[in-house]
Amino acid sequence: MEQHAELLRGGVWHPRTPNWRDLAALVLIVAIILLIGSGARQMLAPIPAAQQPEISLSPAVLPNYALRTTMRMLAALVASLLFTFTYGTLAAKSRRAEIVLIPLLDVLQSVPVLGYLSFTAVFFVSLSPNRALGVELAAIFAIFTSQAWNMAFSFFQSLRTIPYDLDEASRGFRFSGWQRFWRLEVPFAMPGLVWNTMMSMSGGWFFVVASEAIAVGDLHIALPGIGSYVARAIEARDLGAVGWAILAMTVTIFIYDQLLFRPLVAWADKFRYEQTAATVVPRSWIIDLFQRTSVLRTAGESIGAATQAVARARFSTWPFARPLAGRRIPSRLFDVVWYGLVLIAIVYLGWVLVRFAGNELSFPDLLDAVRNGGITLLRVAVLIVIATIIWVPIGVAVGLRPRLAEKVQPIAQFLAAFPANLLFPLAVYLIVRFHLSPVIWLSPLMILGTQWYILFNVIAGATAFPTDFREAANTFRIHGWRWWRDVMLPGIFPYFVTGAITASGGAWNASILSEVVSWGSTKLNGGGLGAYIAQMTEAGDYPRIALGIAVMSVLVVATNRLLWRPLYAYAERRTRLD
Amino acid sequence: MTDEIGAIIDLRKICMTFPKSSGEPLLVLDDINISIRADEILGLLGRSGSGKSTLLRIAAGLIRPTSGEVVYRGTPLTKPVEGISVVFQTFALFPWLTVLENVEAGLDALGLPRDQARQRAQDAIDLIGLDGFQSAYPRELSGGMRQRVGFARATATRPDLLLMDEPFSALDVLTAETLRTDFLDLWVEHQLPTKSVLMVTHNIEEAVLMCDRLVILSSNPARIAAEIPVTMPRPRSRLDEEFENIVNNVYSVLTARTIASLGALKQAGLAQPLPRASVSRMSGLIEILAAAPFGGKAELDVLASSLSLDVNDLFPIAEGLHILEFAELKDGALKLTTAGNVFARSNMDERKRLFREHLLRFVPLAAHICRILQERAARTAPRTRFEVELEDHLARHEAEKTLQAITAWGRYAELFAYDDKTRRFSTIARAE
Repeated sequence: MEQHAELLRGGVWHPRTPNWRDLAALVLIVAIILLIGSGARQMLAPIPAAQQPEISLSPAVLPNYALRTTMRMLAALVASLLFTFTYGTLAAKSRRAEIVLIPLLDVLQSVPVLGYLSFTAVFFVSLSPNRALGVELAAIFAIFTSQAWNMAFSFFQSLRTIPYDLDEASRGFRFSGWQRFWRLEVPFAMPGLVWNTMMSMSGGWFFVVASEAIAVGDLHIALPGIGSYVARAIEARDLGAVGWAILAMTVTIFIYDQLLFRPLVAWADKFRYEQTAATVVPRSWIIDLFQRTSVLRTAGESIGAATQAVARARFSTWPFARPLAGRRIPSRLFDVVWYGLVLIAIVYLGWVLVRFAGNELSFPDLLDAVRNGGITLLRVAVLIVIATIIWVPIGVAVGLRPRLAEKVQPIAQFLAAFPANLLFPLAVYLIVRFHLSPVIWLSPLMILGTQWYILFNVIAGATAFPTDFREAANTFRIHGWRWWRDVMLPGIFPYFVTGAITASGGAWNASILSEVVSWGSTKLNGGGLGAYIAQMTEAGDYPRIALGIAVMSVLVVATNRLLWRPLYAYAERRTRLD
Repeated sequence: MTDEIGAIIDLRKICMTFPKSSGEPLLVLDDINISIRADEILGLLGRSGSGKSTLLRIAAGLIRPTSGEVVYRGTPLTKPVEGISVVFQTFALFPWLTVLENVEAGLDALGLPRDQARQRAQDAIDLIGLDGFQSAYPRELSGGMRQRVGFARATATRPDLLLMDEPFSALDVLTAETLRTDFLDLWVEHQLPTKSVLMVTHNIEEAVLMCDRLVILSSNPARIAAEIPVTMPRPRSRLDEEFENIVNNVYSVLTARTIASLGALKQAGLAQPLPRASVSRMSGLIEILAAAPFGGKAELDVLASSLSLDVNDLFPIAEGLHILEFAELKDGALKLTTAGNVFARSNMDERKRLFREHLLRFVPLAAHICRILQERAARTAPRTRFEVELEDHLARHEAEKTLQAITAWGRYAELFAYDDKTRRFSTIARAE
């Protein structure tokens, strides 16, 4: 459910109307997940529960746990990058592949991340004879699903928008496919890719915490990590331990940001396509360190020279060697065969689904899931409205004061990255303590982590608001409500929409964790689709997990298509001057 | 112009069509035959949109023509080859590579050993006056320096043929002049490692200044309108009488072509494409023409240099005035009509009325829109209705340009209103 790459990049977005491909892709994904999940379940009858490492609640183990958690994040990042380079390239270079791959990606994006976990956990555990590795893979895969789609989308979009003159220059100078990939395509995509990776990484922390302590049906696994630590603390009703975990997470994210992302952003700046010099050049003390320390610099340079040599080589392997799609005349016959195959696959998988659903599910099940979906939809809508009312004025106030914005912006980004699920126990503790209604008071949890996207996008919008407009408004003494309506709100609207899209996508994802929460033996259930999926996961009821996920995906895609995309297109059209 | 001795490259019977939105083919290049000889700079001149850049890309092997062939070294050219390199209008430098790396990137395909590639890149950089900038990134450089990198990258491969696509048009006047002079100096001294040059430009003076031969393309579709040899010795002076004569000659060829095609299109009714000429620019030109020193008539080259407009800017305005019959284009000159003179003396309301009358009388599309609006009960019509209609006759971008022009002209004349939010035209109540 990571939201659309092109938005985050601030690029141009051409809204599409929903069509048969989305439906087809949805059928495909749910069916495949189902097949893998149920197949793996049969493959794995006995699960030795005794071999699991014990999770300790001593704060002394936290550094080690934090490291394990971070390693998972890194592994997922590498996997996502590999996926991005292959999937994105294939989709951009073959028209036939694009027809299948892009709608698929669209749906993959809208499936709740934790939904993948329900199915894939069992599969991965069964894959590896060494149980620990299998479980690790499951957790890594969960993080992978939270960022790979987004990154692949960004890469695909970049490949599609490669400036015409650079494309011609590389063809004119007869770059081989390999040279073209490393000299033109990857560099051009780099800023968008880094930005998207950073955004997805924020979500990643949320899911890594959630995926370390997995409970699907009879399978209960806890991997050593911060997530399991918190899960254990909740079981033991240990508020102090939760506090330690929050501290450890804060430090970890800070270090990760400093050591990995600051350098990456500073480095990616050189790939900016705009030919103007930047006013603010991103800096990183790590990069400065590398450049100023002679030993490190020599090491860096030899790595640089080696990669240069690789990029200069003239390998030519499919699919890199192909020019961009759409420039050649396609063969009719192959087209017919290809579409035929795609159609057959969809029909077959559709049939598998219908047969499966017919056996296991009844119409009331569907009604139940949809009713729950309605509850969650209402929650998301109300929460976005509330968050908007709170954060838009604050964001504007901050954004119009550049010095303040400079200080607030990193904090907002940090808060967005912080896994809000670590804070859930505190909320539950309060709800239990003051006997509040879980149906209402659990709701804010789902937007706890994602509301910051609204804040920092609005800040960005207000910061970018042209000074001469503000001065004009001042000159004509436009104040109060008219100032908001005619001057500021239209100015920040595109930014707000971008933030709101991300926030609502994140809220849907979070609902699976936030609508059912526990504190020791106390269990609070707020109802809704997230709660539905969570309960079915706990019960190991695969058909109903699949149903819940499918309903959620449809709701997410529908709100994106019917609300957010038109809004975004409108914002873009209205605020353009040329 | 076929197979002459010493030809580096031969373009033979080149035709190019692009599909219209209706699917019908639209002819862009019609039977173009050009052969580029050794040791010459050939200038390809034409209005913007005449297809000259397409022709250059065909010569580069970047685009395949619909029919006809390009023969290079005795074999048909089907893709970019080693002996031909391109200098781009927008420089097309890789922003993530330094100057040196950019130049070396052009050599990648040659598969040279690393030392040799570096040496060649270094030589090209020295030659073009970029020494000291090797480690700079393109964004740190001014436009002129960037285009020098473009030249260095293209010449480092030591091409037989250097193709230059409006290489100076993205630069300011002074920088362009410096770069042109430097390039010509190297050319005259035979220091450039290239045998011949094909340069596309719309700047007539630039073409006369640099080229040994000019090929002038007409528009819609592009055909060869004239071929003019330039035999003046270098360095050439703009003040030379011969220089002025050639420039004048080129303007005459271009206007003759324009008048012929405008005349033909006038009969075409809705198929008449309208130029991108704003009302304020047209009014401005009328006022300037009416005032001293022109007194109602001016040569286009004089007008262009005194207003510092190039052909691409000046021609659409002149065409707009010609279509609306406020002025007449003839023999490389623009002359106000009686209506044009009246317009110049009128106040704002009178101007609007005059403009409205001429718009209805001489632009069939304007009358057509008004009639459709009158016929409809709601007195409104969606823009798409006219889009579809125009695209039957014109290429999509031409149709779009024409609709934009008619919308602006119609709004000024208060013939009809247009709402961009609903994308609809509607009638307006006019206080007569």
